[in-house]
Amino acid sequence: MHLKYESQLREPLVYGDKNYHQVTEDIVRPIEAKPTRLWYIGFYIAVCLLLFGVYAIYRDVTYGIGQWNLNKTVGWGWDITNFVWWVGIGHAGTLISAILLLFRQGWRTGVNRAAEAMTIFAVMCAGQFPIWHMGRVWMAFFVLPYPNSRGPLWVNFNSPLLWDVFAISTYFTVSLLFWYSGLLPDFATVRDRAFTKLRKRLYGVAAFGWTGSTKHWQRHESLSLVLAGLSTPLVLSVHTIVSFDFATSVIPGWHTTIFPPYFVAGAIFSGFAMVQSLMVIIRKVFAMEDYITMGHIEAMNKVIVLTGSIVGVAYLTELFMGWYSQNKYEGYTFWYSRAYLFSPYGWSYWGMMACNVLSPQIFWFRKMRRNIFVTFFMSIIVNIGMWFERFVIIVTSLYRDYLPSSWSVYYSPTIWEIGFYTGTFGLFFTCFFLFAKYFPVIAIAEIKYVLKTTGEGYKGRMDKIEGESLETFVHDHAH
Amino acid sequence: MAKKKFVIGCFDDEAVLFPAVKKVRTAGYKIHDVYTPFAVHGLDHAMGLRETSLHTAGFIYGITGTTTALSCISWIFTKDWPLNIGGKPHFALPAWIPITFELTVLFAAVGMVLTFCYLCQLAPFVKKHHFHARSTDDLFVMVIECTDKTNTDDLQAFLTSGGAVETNVQVAEEGWWLGRYDQNEMPFETKEIVAA
Repeated sequence: MHLKYESQLREPLVYGDKNYHQVTEDIVRPIEAKPTRLWYIGFYIAVCLLLFGVYAIYRDVTYGIGQWNLNKTVGWGWDITNFVWWVGIGHAGTLISAILLLFRQGWRTGVNRAAEAMTIFAVMCAGQFPIWHMGRVWMAFFVLPYPNSRGPLWVNFNSPLLWDVFAISTYFTVSLLFWYSGLLPDFATVRDRAFTKLRKRLYGVAAFGWTGSTKHWQRHESLSLVLAGLSTPLVLSVHTIVSFDFATSVIPGWHTTIFPPYFVAGAIFSGFAMVQSLMVIIRKVFAMEDYITMGHIEAMNKVIVLTGSIVGVAYLTELFMGWYSQNKYEGYTFWYSRAYLFSPYGWSYWGMMACNVLSPQIFWFRKMRRNIFVTFFMSIIVNIGMWFERFVIIVTSLYRDYLPSSWSVYYSPTIWEIGFYTGTFGLFFTCFFLFAKYFPVIAIAEIKYVLKTTGEGYKGRMDKIEGESLETFVHDHAH
Repeated sequence: MAKKKFVIGCFDDEAVLFPAVKKVRTAGYKIHDVYTPFAVHGLDHAMGLRETSLHTAGFIYGITGTTTALSCISWIFTKDWPLNIGGKPHFALPAWIPITFELTVLFAAVGMVLTFCYLCQLAPFVKKHHFHARSTDDLFVMVIECTDKTNTDDLQAFLTSGGAVETNVQVAEEGWWLGRYDQNEMPFETKEIVAA
């Protein structure tokens, strides 16, 4: 019996009557088995997309980003839209692992590993856009403040674009450290049961010589807790700073004070949608329905309906302020360029509204929250909607500026802008397929930690104790 | 580095492990370590380990990041190369908060992870002796250091009576070395006398 007790009212986090060894078996099995046909097909498609992206980027560098359809008025288009979209997606992992750790949400253990991996890959994809947008990418190091022979001429520390450099790189580094420190014990588990020499050797290197010593666990817990405490404000800061890229400008449609909370809510919204898409696939392909349960799916759908509604309130607030400020430029941007259905980009605004605000309301119904097909379908819809949101913010604010003679012709991307974007999908899924094959996709040690309080088998046995008096329970089961 | 003699007791339930740790300590044996597949809360207290100070180190790294950011940016923008940005003050503290915050977090996180790895002696290619292969799977492995006077048979019987499912005696290197997990050879010959 375990030393802790959890009410029968709570749904089990681990289904089936499992013991510690069974947990190891279930999670390590996909690593030790040969990849399935489906894995090869998926991986092959991902690599093809990646190669197309590499070719698009090769052309960007060779011919310059003039091969994109950006013009003087719409100076930011798909490129920055995709950047913000990927960064937003990259918020769910650290939110799940950090904020839910601080809030002591037990259900994070089933999904945190894959969500963190997703975060890291999404941030890698996001980083591509500003880097290759520089054009002369071999000068990329100019964004770093270092003593140089040009004066020294420093970077502008008052610029939100430089804040972004610091925010994104810090976020990537900290997420990577958090993820990898959590992986050490699980790599050790894979290493110690490896039966091929190569696997033993490689996981031996990856596990850094982890033994599971009590002192090491004590430090590991302290490290996780402090990293979670650091990551929590960090997650919020990253998308806040991304929103500053827009909010500190004086462009109507960007120059709004609600951007930081609105962007953060949107980021969590899209991130959870992406986690949801991946989890639905992973639990099916790797037969992990016992660990990623309907309870997990439902909890994430609740976050989706909450953050989707916050985003909806932000959209309405913007419209209200467009009218209430009585600023005609604001009014024009919000009420004509965006909300008027028959304006050139009106379709993108209403596409965003339909995907982000209206459709997630379906999750007020428990039946829908616990329906796999609805969940998967909605997760895709939300990600399309969040892409539209960034497109709306960027393009509808830019295509008509203060000088009507410079109003842009209709902006549409070239094949190379689209190719670059599909290339990042290739990068993301190539990484994710490799992760799913070679890494424990669920945190083994953390599942074992919650097994005796939340495992179905153990909860069942606890049922009897619930009938007994407290004294008997304390007498028999406390140490 | 020296090889030492250890008695190992394996437990399959943490609820049995706790009283056993208490009994072994009361009997006066020196617990070298307990290897567990996951973090067993309270085990560190049961073994009498002191609290870790890793978080204090994290705080120090964090304020190092804060001061680094503030001092560098203020020196650059007020002394080394004062830029006139729209006639605004050179010392523009509010605009520096984002970078100061990011560097605080970055320094604290990187510093703590490196300190963690240093203290636990974790690094790629590092190898340590593993008392039981299942200690990262489902066994809680208590390792007791032997002295000249330790009667290993008595101790093993004592552990079994405490609920151990498996006991044995091992002579092992207690430190770490650079090695491969698919090979068992040690990079150095042990000429030290085995304390037994």
